[in-house]
Amino acid sequence: MRVTAFLTDSTLCIGCKACEVACKEWNEVPDDGFDWSGFSYDNTGSVGHSTWRHVKFVEQAPEAGLGGNDPDLASWTFSSDVCKHCENAGCLEACPTGAIVRTEFGGVFLQSDICNGCGYCVVACPFGVVEKRPGDGRAFKCTFCYDRQKVGLTPACAKACPTESIQFGEIESLRLKAKERVQELHARGMEDATLYDAADSSVGGTHAMFVVRGDPRAYNLPPNPECPTVYLKKAWTSSAVAAALLVGGSLIAFLADRKRPSR
Amino acid sequence: MSNPSPPQDPREERLAEIRREAEREGTVKQRGVRPAGAPFPIASAETGYYGIPLLKEPAWTWEIPLYFFVGGAAGAAAVMGAIANATGADRRLVRDARFIAAAGAVLSPALLIADLGRPERFLAMMRVFKPRSPMSMGVWTLLGFSGAASATAFAAFLRGRYGPSLPLRVLENAGEAASLAFGLPFSNYAGVLIGATAIPVWNENAGNLPMHFAASGVGSAVGLLELAGHQKNRALQAIGLGAAIFECWEGYRIESRQLPKLDPLKHGPSGQLVRAGGVLSGPVPLLLRLISGFGKGPRSQNLRRIAGLSAIVGSIITRYAWVQAGHASARDWREPLGNNDKTDG
Repeated sequence: MRVTAFLTDSTLCIGCKACEVACKEWNEVPDDGFDWSGFSYDNTGSVGHSTWRHVKFVEQAPEAGLGGNDPDLASWTFSSDVCKHCENAGCLEACPTGAIVRTEFGGVFLQSDICNGCGYCVVACPFGVVEKRPGDGRAFKCTFCYDRQKVGLTPACAKACPTESIQFGEIESLRLKAKERVQELHARGMEDATLYDAADSSVGGTHAMFVVRGDPRAYNLPPNPECPTVYLKKAWTSSAVAAALLVGGSLIAFLADRKRPSR
Repeated sequence: MSNPSPPQDPREERLAEIRREAEREGTVKQRGVRPAGAPFPIASAETGYYGIPLLKEPAWTWEIPLYFFVGGAAGAAAVMGAIANATGADRRLVRDARFIAAAGAVLSPALLIADLGRPERFLAMMRVFKPRSPMSMGVWTLLGFSGAASATAFAAFLRGRYGPSLPLRVLENAGEAASLAFGLPFSNYAGVLIGATAIPVWNENAGNLPMHFAASGVGSAVGLLELAGHQKNRALQAIGLGAAIFECWEGYRIESRQLPKLDPLKHGPSGQLVRAGGVLSGPVPLLLRLISGFGKGPRSQNLRRIAGLSAIVGSIITRYAWVQAGHASARDWREPLGNNDKTDG
């Protein structure tokens, strides 16, 4: 089986939210509320239990060449966010039921019929993707359209994207494509274009890569995501020391008490 | 459409308020007259994505921090009971420690299952054995501990009722050994559980939380035993002193480290909880125990009971406080973006 990935190119995104709609329709994801956020045209805020694709509307200070040339208007870029499908996935490592698995396509898949709603994946995700759905009690996230990939189809979001901002394909060829795209953007004067794939962190790269302009932090993409398994050694060492202290301390206390005359 | 409001309507009062301010100041500065959120927020490297938190808050119900407390106390009680038995301490102490362990062994799974919402979901925990998942390890530890601690207490109960016999002695001793083995990780694994996560305030303390939680559990186990009538036992006094001293050090460590990601432990509602839990677990029992050491009468025993009670309450508050600090930490959008060092902090 080929290992697949998403390449989301923010410089091509027009903010139409077709990916969000397609994802919701295909995967039958419930609504995520109808509240106004006041943050540009983004009334969803982030990916979550009922938002598996999420278009960010990044309004920045006016800057010629960045999403518009009018110095009076905010620069405006869009970026469709999604589960990163990490190479070292915190949620997958943390899941105590084996509900979260790695598929043959390299994606991270949460089997809803096994998930028991313990909520540990929620605090183990360095990207804040997995979330417990209130009322249901189980956690939900992007499936990477495992059902569609299984029969050779493109994930719903990528298929619905009208500008090929969301590209889907074999991971190595997409990585190459991403690098070429960044070079092309640089050649066209967009020096601030970068590729975000968390390859240099303990996450070890992602199956959802992003081409963004400017600092990825404006897109809520963390500069140094950590897969929480990196803390395991420290924590279990501390646990062992605590156990040793407890045994040693109790032994000394009770032995010393035995030697002294009883009350 | 709604009809014009009657004069006593709060909205009418609000209009009058705006008019008064305009008369007084010559301009209206109050928030209500500006579009919500103005000036309009900007997404940038410095302000993040409109300050929307990246991380999700923990989704645990109130049962989980209580489970941390019960598990910590029961695990520590089992360990102390086994060691007390091995060193030949008095039988009543051993029996009561086992009882606390067994009570925790029954209560812990109940709390964990209650958090899952539907009881049968707990069965999914037993599909896999996963050393890299602290939650999986914790559940297996819990199952081992529950079986062992309840078997020990049950065997002891039967022995008391029907007299000693070989099978009962085997069950009791094996159960006790297993309670000791499982009780050790059970008393502190909650620290590993929350330490190895993406929540900044938790993983920053990954190397310390298990010890902190262990001391908290030991302090409350000692307290429970003292309240159960062992307020004269000197070994318990020594162990309680040790736990209180460790908690004092932990409090000092929390207060003295200057890192923005540790703010939820010092500021806001979660910070006040951490402080309250710390004072009740550390300095208060430490002082009471020291003072009680000067006397021998009922007054000094009362002091020890109060010290024990303080440690128990402190331990419960401490577990809630750390979970609340995790919530506050997840809400802080700056931390995962690495923006805390650059801005105010």
